[in-house]
Amino acid sequence: MKTSAIIHSFWLQKVGRLMLTLALVATLAFTLVNLSPVDPVTAYLGMDRMQIGQEQEQLIVARWGLDKGPVERFFLWTGNALKGDLGRSMIFNEPVTEVIAKRFLTSLNLMACAWLLSGIFGFVLGVLSGLYKNSLLDRCIRLYAYTVASTPSFWMGMVLLAIFSVQLGITPISGAYPPGTTSADATMWQHLHHLLLPAATLSVIGIAQIALHTREKMIDAMNSNYALFAMAQGDSRFGVAVHQALRNIALPAITLQFASLGELFGGSVLAEQVFSYPGLGKATVDAGIRGDVPLLLGITLFSAIFVFGGNTVADLLYTKLDPRITNRSEPL
Amino acid sequence: MLEIHNLSISFQRNRASFDRETLSVVSDISLSVQPGEIVALIGASGAGKSLVAHALLGLLPANATMSGEFIFKGKRLSPAGIQELRGREIALIPQSVTHLNPLTRVGKQVYRSARLSGRCADTAHTSCDRTFARYQLADTVKSMYPFQISRGMARRVLTATATAGNANLIIADEPTTGLDPEVSEQSLAHLKELATQGKGVVLITHDLENGVQIADTLVVLYEGMTVEITPARALEENDLIMHPYTRSLWQALPRNGFMSLPPTPSSSTLNRNGCLFAERCPQARPGCRQSAPSLRRVNHKLVRCNHVAG
Amino acid sequence: MRAPSISLPRVAAVTPIPRLTNRTRAWLACLSCITFLVMLFVAAALLGRSGLDIDFLHRKLAPSLAYPFGTDWLGRDMLTRTVLGLCRSLAIGLLAAGCSSVISIVLGIMAGTMGRRVDSVLSLLIDTVMATPHLVLLILVSFACGGGPQGIIIAVAVSHWPRLARIIRAELLQLRESEFIHLSRKLGKTPSWIALHHLLPHLLPQFMIGLILMFPHAILHAAGLTFLGFGLTPHEPSIGMLLSESMRHLSTGYWWLAILPGLSLVFTVKLFDILGNNLRTLLDPRTAQE
Ligand SMILES: Nc1ncnc2c1ncn2[C@@H]1O[C@H](COP(=O)(O)OP(=O)(O)OP(=O)(O)O)[C@@H](O)[C@H]1O
Ligand code: SF4
Ligand SMILES: [Mg+2]
Repeated sequence: MKTSAIIHSFWLQKVGRLMLTLALVATLAFTLVNLSPVDPVTAYLGMDRMQIGQEQEQLIVARWGLDKGPVERFFLWTGNALKGDLGRSMIFNEPVTEVIAKRFLTSLNLMACAWLLSGIFGFVLGVLSGLYKNSLLDRCIRLYAYTVASTPSFWMGMVLLAIFSVQLGITPISGAYPPGTTSADATMWQHLHHLLLPAATLSVIGIAQIALHTREKMIDAMNSNYALFAMAQGDSRFGVAVHQALRNIALPAITLQFASLGELFGGSVLAEQVFSYPGLGKATVDAGIRGDVPLLLGITLFSAIFVFGGNTVADLLYTKLDPRITNRSEPL
Repeated sequence: MLEIHNLSISFQRNRASFDRETLSVVSDISLSVQPGEIVALIGASGAGKSLVAHALLGLLPANATMSGEFIFKGKRLSPAGIQELRGREIALIPQSVTHLNPLTRVGKQVYRSARLSGRCADTAHTSCDRTFARYQLADTVKSMYPFQISRGMARRVLTATATAGNANLIIADEPTTGLDPEVSEQSLAHLKELATQGKGVVLITHDLENGVQIADTLVVLYEGMTVEITPARALEENDLIMHPYTRSLWQALPRNGFMSLPPTPSSSTLNRNGCLFAERCPQARPGCRQSAPSLRRVNHKLVRCNHVAG
Repeated sequence: MRAPSISLPRVAAVTPIPRLTNRTRAWLACLSCITFLVMLFVAAALLGRSGLDIDFLHRKLAPSLAYPFGTDWLGRDMLTRTVLGLCRSLAIGLLAAGCSSVISIVLGIMAGTMGRRVDSVLSLLIDTVMATPHLVLLILVSFACGGGPQGIIIAVAVSHWPRLARIIRAELLQLRESEFIHLSRKLGKTPSWIALHHLLPHLLPQFMIGLILMFPHAILHAAGLTFLGFGLTPHEPSIGMLLSESMRHLSTGYWWLAILPGLSLVFTVKLFDILGNNLRTLLDPRTAQE
């Protein structure tokens, strides 16, 4: 009874928050897009504009509603968006929702791989680094993490590309599947093969944050009173790390990993550009460069939902997995 | 069973460039514990009581340096030797619930302690159940998290954790702090019982009353130094208290009318050349600030004061 | 009970280990940054612009003594291009971080002093800015400015302020409740006197360090945005632009076009990152004394 009420209020609050965030993001994005000096018709037609008659141009303007004022357009767009219609992408000539869905699925492979790899390796490195604080291993891990934090991810991608694809020739140079095939024909192995370098690029960078965070938490945990007591009971440092510290640092690490989905998205935009990976990130860049306003707006909203989702999962994990919060209502 | 000889502990701290400061927090503490004996280590907060316990267990922080020697059951302890004895021969009952892992159920922690003390999986379960029953902890407590149990319960859980093994020396750090009188009474009774089973007990407390109640020997610390080692009985007869600091503690007890001393001077201004207690000592004489007294044997007691007559 | 032997305290003598304190480290970092900048400017002046001339006799040369960074597909000297690109990247980063920290301080002060309502509106604004991934916002703003260098600078400036604004707001709220401000008010000091004598000395270091910490981020994000093709013109290439161009030649094996300019960017960014972090440790009372 009581718990269900708590759950309801949690979700109500989250949904309300999401709506508010989306409304604000939509307003901000729409305003920005309308400030742009880029004329959408020119952007769409490019050189062909010269050859097009006045009437045809008027037709395009009318179809996109460009003859109306920005405020009116905003409400029109919002109304359609609420109905699930984000308009048509100019460059892909498909509904924006479809472009996003298709592209996101391709990106999802990449992001999921990178997310898992960086999460696991970052956590393990952080634990080792914190456990053997100031050892040679710790120094190496820290040097790595701090250096990588000042490395642009696209450059890291280029370095990996130059080494593994060009010099060694063991990975493909670009794309999500071999040229000449379509996504549907390509085998699972081919997909993975093409995923390897972009995912590695994102992970190599992503490891840094989670490793440094875990290291701090690990050091705190090993200096904590409960670690001291466990050692007084005869446990070794390693035993304390495994039996006592791990459970205390795992949850913050997982939460952090969920809360940093925004950075993952940003990283994937850059990595997809380097590897010409046909995902959502590449679509974002194309939309921005070629002035595909509906797609740009759609992706902005989608990315806001994506980030919000990550933060919500992080919140949820805390409230569900930490007994100190879950069992709050239980009496002594 | 246990002898501590001349234990000193100091901390290093970085100050200005290339300069390190050494902060001496425990100096020259010696004591011994026999089987079945309760030795109370008494001192104000910050006197270095917990550090003595941690030093014995080899658990000082990395920036601490220690000198002195521990002899356990006739053998001199090396750092590796201490590691062997932790949990098996020497058990710690820590100061507060924060010493329990906040994310592990209480039952599992007591069980883990039993396992670490060298018991196999089966006997660990039975000894875990036995200690839970012994300290009147309901079975439901096993599945609770530390934040869910009350202070008194936490005290009993900590005691259970230390006694789930079969340690012969128990160190209880502040077993009564923050408890109401009834519960602290019970907590002390549990220690007394352990001593009657033949275990040696070191009772760490800032409350002289606790010591007088159950201990056999009192070791009084002031600013990291032993100022007096005396049989507990002696205190009941006020004039057998030798050291002015012990006497002041005694007079500060509720039953003796709360006579309290001027506050402790900050340790930076403490004059380390003379007697550390000189600033607050009612009996202080000019000579006390010049020469540091050493521990002297007077009437079967040890006292660190220049002006105690035998 | 056995009589304990009595002796003087024997504390093991500790030999002082020469370790750098935070203050020395900060000075060293500061010195390195200045040395680096001076060297960069001297190099730019010495190299001149002659390396930028197209020279078809020396195209696509790998790094050698004559051309330490190699030459590109038009025979231009990559060292010259890198040095100039780095200067340009630094200028863009500085400008963007400067604008961003001015936005931070204005909004932070507004949030910290103008009452609840302004505070909550600004916190809503911060939430909105943080709600989309950084890069998406950068692309949006750069699109809104119609590309170009100013687009990059505005984009980075507009997306980096929330962190520092929050710090300044928190500092202000804390200061407002502090004893000495209360005392000054009671003594009848004017708000501007309080601002000048109490708030400024506390906020200035926060602001400077916030600016220095933001600087490397700004360089990185500007480089990323340029790499994606937003903004800078190829005539005055920054490092991001250089890398974006090299991308086309990477698959044919001309690794030096990408590796060396990128490495110099990483080096620069790391140098300023170290400086910022060292200064922050100095300012933080918890770590200042170590
Ligand atoms: N890691 C450390 N670095 C520097 N000084 C320390 C450190 N740990 C403890 N100290 C100092 O050692 C002194 C003794 O600490 P200890 O914990 O032993 O006190 P205590 O007698 O147990 O007091 P309490 O009754 O409050 O538990 C304290 O004054 C403290 O400042
Ligand atoms: S030596 Fe002097 S100051 Fe110290 S306790 Fe004895 S009488 Fe007091
Ligand atoms: Mg203590």
